[in-house]
Amino acid sequence: MARNRVVPVPGMPWRLVTVVALLMVLAALVVGRLVLIQVIDQERGAAFLREQGAMRAVRSAEIPAYRGMVTDRRGEPLAISTPVITLWADPLILRDSNRLGVLASALNQSEEQLQQRLDLYSDKRFMYLARHQTPDLARRVLGLKISGVGGKREYRRFYPAGEVASQIIGLTNVDGKGIAGLEKAYEEVLHGRVGKKRYIKDLHGDAIRDVGVVREARPGQAVELAIDLRLQYLQHRELQRAMVETGAEAGAAVTVDAWTGEILAMTNHPVFNPNSRAAFDYAATRNRVVTDAFEPGSTMKPLTLVAALETGAFTLDSVIDTSPGRIRVGRKVLPDPLNYGAITVSRVIEKSSQVGVTKMAQAIGHEPVLSVYRRFGLGEPSSIGFPGERSGSLPNRERWSEIEKVTLAFGYGLTATPLQLAQAYAIFANEGRRVPLTLLKRADDEQPPVERVISKEVAQQVLTVLHRVTGNEGTAKKARVPGFSVGGKTGTVHKVGPSGYLPDQYLALFVGVAPIDNPRYVTAVVIDQPQGDSYGGGAAAAPVYARITDGVLRLRNQRPETGAETPAQLAGFGGGQ
Amino acid sequence: MAEYDRYLANDSRGDFKHRNSILEALHLDGWLLLLLATLVTFGLFVLFSASDGSQATLIRQMRNFGIATLAMFAASQVRLDTYYRWAPLFYVAALLLLVAVPLFGVGAKGAQRWLSLGVIRFQPSELMKLAMPLMVASWFSRYGIPPRPWPLLGALLIIALPASLIVIQPDLGTSMLVAGSGLFVVFMAGVSWWYIMGAAALFLMSAWPAWLFLLKDYQKQRILTLLDPESDKLGAGWNIIQSKTAIGSGGWSGKGWLSGTQSHLDFLPESQTDFIIAVLAEELGLRGVVFLLSIYTLIILRGFAISIRAQTGFGRLLASSITLTFFVYIFVNMGMVAGILPVVGVPLPLVSAGGTSIVTLMLGFGVLMAVSSEKRVIAQ
Repeated sequence: MARNRVVPVPGMPWRLVTVVALLMVLAALVVGRLVLIQVIDQERGAAFLREQGAMRAVRSAEIPAYRGMVTDRRGEPLAISTPVITLWADPLILRDSNRLGVLASALNQSEEQLQQRLDLYSDKRFMYLARHQTPDLARRVLGLKISGVGGKREYRRFYPAGEVASQIIGLTNVDGKGIAGLEKAYEEVLHGRVGKKRYIKDLHGDAIRDVGVVREARPGQAVELAIDLRLQYLQHRELQRAMVETGAEAGAAVTVDAWTGEILAMTNHPVFNPNSRAAFDYAATRNRVVTDAFEPGSTMKPLTLVAALETGAFTLDSVIDTSPGRIRVGRKVLPDPLNYGAITVSRVIEKSSQVGVTKMAQAIGHEPVLSVYRRFGLGEPSSIGFPGERSGSLPNRERWSEIEKVTLAFGYGLTATPLQLAQAYAIFANEGRRVPLTLLKRADDEQPPVERVISKEVAQQVLTVLHRVTGNEGTAKKARVPGFSVGGKTGTVHKVGPSGYLPDQYLALFVGVAPIDNPRYVTAVVIDQPQGDSYGGGAAAAPVYARITDGVLRLRNQRPETGAETPAQLAGFGGGQ
Repeated sequence: MAEYDRYLANDSRGDFKHRNSILEALHLDGWLLLLLATLVTFGLFVLFSASDGSQATLIRQMRNFGIATLAMFAASQVRLDTYYRWAPLFYVAALLLLVAVPLFGVGAKGAQRWLSLGVIRFQPSELMKLAMPLMVASWFSRYGIPPRPWPLLGALLIIALPASLIVIQPDLGTSMLVAGSGLFVVFMAGVSWWYIMGAAALFLMSAWPAWLFLLKDYQKQRILTLLDPESDKLGAGWNIIQSKTAIGSGGWSGKGWLSGTQSHLDFLPESQTDFIIAVLAEELGLRGVVFLLSIYTLIILRGFAISIRAQTGFGRLLASSITLTFFVYIFVNMGMVAGILPVVGVPLPLVSAGGTSIVTLMLGFGVLMAVSSEKRVIAQ
């Protein structure tokens, strides 16, 4: 044995050489293969496989952009976005999980419910688990580290003013896109630009880490409205109160700063709560101030007065005989409530005398009236660009019958929105100049384009008449505001049904200007279908105007006039007039 | 036993011209030790990345290396003569443990390969990787080199018995390695070329019946998958496609340590064990692979050097067989990952996470060092 071990094995070196040669061939085979894959092969090698590797792991995702805030003119938030987490799942991965129960309880859902949804989406690779969750809850769910469950940051819109400004601000849908109101109108400004980032995911679809931002998200810009939230609250409150007092089913009000064209408040009834979609009435999202056009009725008489004064055929003191209190036009008889006798043009407007206006209209014809209407912005959309805004309509016919010429003069045969009424009266308040209306706050040094529509003198004369309307002899005594002189015009119009005017269904209107010696604030009030005997503009709408204007003047720091009635005089104590 | 008699007789060291160096005194091979240390360190870095920076994995692997190094040190102290005498007993013991596996073993992933001894679990098949060359080498040393027909037949039986036991576990890869380690001894013992060619011819002829009757469906599937991985991308082809993507996307310089996407994002299967070289290739590129292969090559060359300088047939057969088995280990693993060999569960030696395999490998290197120490003793 020992001999065997000592004696070198014959043939050994030769065999070793064979073995080493064989090994070298085999090693070369492996190394050659590696070199081929890693370096040489261009088509299916390194570059291709690198791309393959990236395809498996690199994904891109959207970075949500912060939606711009909507504020009132003083910076109070009206619409604001807060970060929330939307939880989603990959059903293909999640359905194999044995922790559905844990997940369901973390989501405050029942396991059966979750299982059902999972079955529903079993052939999909994406489903929502719960949208818009608080970061706290989302952190708890994601903290479970269940494969196939992910979170995505989104923003949810909140409306601090709630229903008060609901129709103006509008809504966003669940994906953060504006679908109504200003949210829709200023979508481009508010939504910003969604960013894009690349991240690496693993086999289970879980994001491992971000590798870079392809495009930064750009937050949306804030929109500062001309609305003054305090006035908005006030107007809302008064409108709601009017709904209760008059038993009306709907209403609208708008207050405009005539000098700048800014809309200071705009409210409607009914309202909706934009923060809750649970009980959502789509009809209540209607911003009636701009979407509802109706026949403006007597509120157009001051415009007819403008036409009459401009022709030179009439002055405020021209006398018109309105007896016997009614007038026949064609086959129709137009009555006054009582026989006013011979009265001045001014008194015709104060008393809203049908007979007087009819005679004026017959004297000047319909063309001057129509011209004034057009110049005052009726029949065309305003400049605020609100979604769903109606332009109203002006008659455009070849042949005018006598009755049509006359009714045009007292506001029938055309339609207008409350906003258009406010816009028209703002021209009186702005010395006959028209300033484009806006919902956005104007910069302090901004010079809005101004267009002269009527002469300063005519505007002043109309204001005088409007003031008299609120006087003791006028139709709108209830429009008076303690401490200030105001002016305005009532309107009571029949509502239109499918087959003509509806009996006993009225719109009560009032459009007013305040304060009358330094006119600036114009408010239009519409009460839709007031119940009972106080259905007229003077009874149903004028008091609402008065209360709104009282607040507007106070909040806008208007100094009460020395000569005006004090609250005590208004209430009937002491007093001279 | 003459040389050992002489060695013992010279224990007074009267003949010795000089004191041996410390390494020699400790029966350690300096070059082999240096290369192994480099390999293990490098391997730990790769494993750290492959385990997603898991310190627990790293510590476990270091602990295993600690145990394995002690085992190697112990194995290098044993005299070759002792190996020679105890080889049959070692072999029989390993064989009995293999028999015990299907009876008492525990399984993982559909295969029963482990024996559990309370605190530790180990694979008897790994022990056989060492017992086999020892047994066959001592067998031939006992019955003559080059082998005559009857001892040759006996050797083939010695090889076939454990190999078939491992095949039924089932673990084709390890079985082939074990059989290979025995056959290398047969080859190196100087068996006639005629026999070898005859065996090769027989193997080729039996390939078709083996395909039909012996190979299990999943094994056939692996071979078919190798030929066309794209045929079943998400199933059998997954491993190969993912590892190829990992390797290829590494390019020359790699994506950087700890930055591989395939390996870190769980696309690459078995990234800590069988497919760890794909992690290396993806993160350190071809450069890293070439570095690793250089170390392996140097270790193998050192093994052959020890084998050539061995003064006894037993030592030479043992050393060359251990070295060759080490090579086959590497070749099969890399061939599998590179997609030129079917997927069989063979880890990358001393780099993949492992317990028993690391200990067995280091024991093998301990035996190699014992062979190289013997040379020096005789040179005296």
